[in-house]
Amino acid sequence: MECVFGLVGKDFALVVADSSAVHSILVHKSNEDKVMVLDSHKLMGASGEAGDRGQFTEFIQKNVSLYQFRNGIPLTTAAAANFTRGELATALRKSPYMVNIVLAGYDKETGPSLYFIDYIATLHKVDKAAFGYGAFFSLAMMDRHYRSDMSVEEAVDLVDKCILEIRSRLVVAPPNFVIKIVDKDGARTHVWRETVKETPMSAA
Amino acid sequence: MKIDFSGLESSASFGGADSDPCGSFASTPSFQLPDTLDFDGFQKEAIQMVKPAKGTTTLAFIFKEGVIVAADSRASMGGYISSQSVKKIIEINPHMLGTMAGGAADCQFWHRNLGIKCRLHELANKRRISVTGASKLLANILYSYRGMGLSVGTMIAGWDEKGPGLYYVDSEGGRLKGNRFSVGSGSPYAYGVLDSGYRYDMTIEEAAELARRSIYHATFRDGASGGTASVYYVGPDGWKKLSGDDVGELHYKYYPVEPAVVEQEMAEVSGA
Repeated sequence: MECVFGLVGKDFALVVADSSAVHSILVHKSNEDKVMVLDSHKLMGASGEAGDRGQFTEFIQKNVSLYQFRNGIPLTTAAAANFTRGELATALRKSPYMVNIVLAGYDKETGPSLYFIDYIATLHKVDKAAFGYGAFFSLAMMDRHYRSDMSVEEAVDLVDKCILEIRSRLVVAPPNFVIKIVDKDGARTHVWRETVKETPMSAA
Repeated sequence: MKIDFSGLESSASFGGADSDPCGSFASTPSFQLPDTLDFDGFQKEAIQMVKPAKGTTTLAFIFKEGVIVAADSRASMGGYISSQSVKKIIEINPHMLGTMAGGAADCQFWHRNLGIKCRLHELANKRRISVTGASKLLANILYSYRGMGLSVGTMIAGWDEKGPGLYYVDSEGGRLKGNRFSVGSGSPYAYGVLDSGYRYDMTIEEAAELARRSIYHATFRDGASGGTASVYYVGPDGWKKLSGDDVGELHYKYYPVEPAVVEQEMAEVSGA
């Protein structure tokens, strides 16, 4: 079942998500990227209903870039988080989006930051966050081993510990995860942790 | 339990002396409500009844030469088989196919609708729409009707400027890009055969045979799937129907009846 989590380290933040697209007992896809790169320095990890997740994260992404086009400056991570929260809050009493979000970003002034946003429009600035069944394991794991001055290597080690715990203790554990990082050099995919490879598609 | 709408009527029939007073009460507009206290629960259950099963087997995959799309042809209404000759592979245009799982009307209607939109795109832009674009058109329509009871589980397969394309789209608003999908109640069985036999560098004949066998094995185990196994191929020059075989005949082709040793024969009872 879905696992999305993230943490803030020294001068960077990272977001981890499983990459399974599941329908009842069937895994339709095991390399679905659930961490969207919002703009050059923002990452949005999302879990929830397939349709809502895709539509909502794309909606936020397009609006973040629209803001940048109109005003010539990008939204700060805090602003993007508050915007996202606002959209969830207005939708909440109409047709709620069933999405939980871990938003990570890096700003020149404030450095790395991480926001916890759930489908009922709760917004928290945190240094570690998790959603889904994996949260039970990764939260405890991060509570125990997290330090605010972690290097990328230490943080990825911790993430690997979390993934290992999820894979070994969670009944419906997803096979593959993606780890993305955002720091002063921008947002990017750091590494995939895969136990099941989808048949690679070479150029036709 | 009934809802009485008579208060909404503008008729001033109480003063009307000519009308039969009893008759006007009998014809007050109303409709039957389900006999339950938990109306929301009832409605949810009713939606669930038409939603997840998708009694069918469809599959599609990308390989070296293009895309193969295959499906069975059975339509069922609960336990009743209402047709054995349904076209579950819908021809959207000469380069794109859609598959049908879930509500037949929903699939047919929205695929025809998608065909219109694709043709309009072609006329406006002087080039064919991409599979990516077409699948997104459909996904956005389905997403806008989400929660209103549509039941669609479809794959959009085709060939565009970038080569072969394959997307899975459903009425919950999901849209997945991939190179191997199967949809419907028989899909676990089809996946079993498909996953183990799949190679990217298959020939068209091998790929078609794999698809045919996947559908056959799904129809063998899944009661809601059956009829004929149709196989389509989409290449650079558009789609082509490769075969349509009765799964009963396929069964005897794959597993011919072996002459078994007769262990005991009926014999005339002597005497009596």
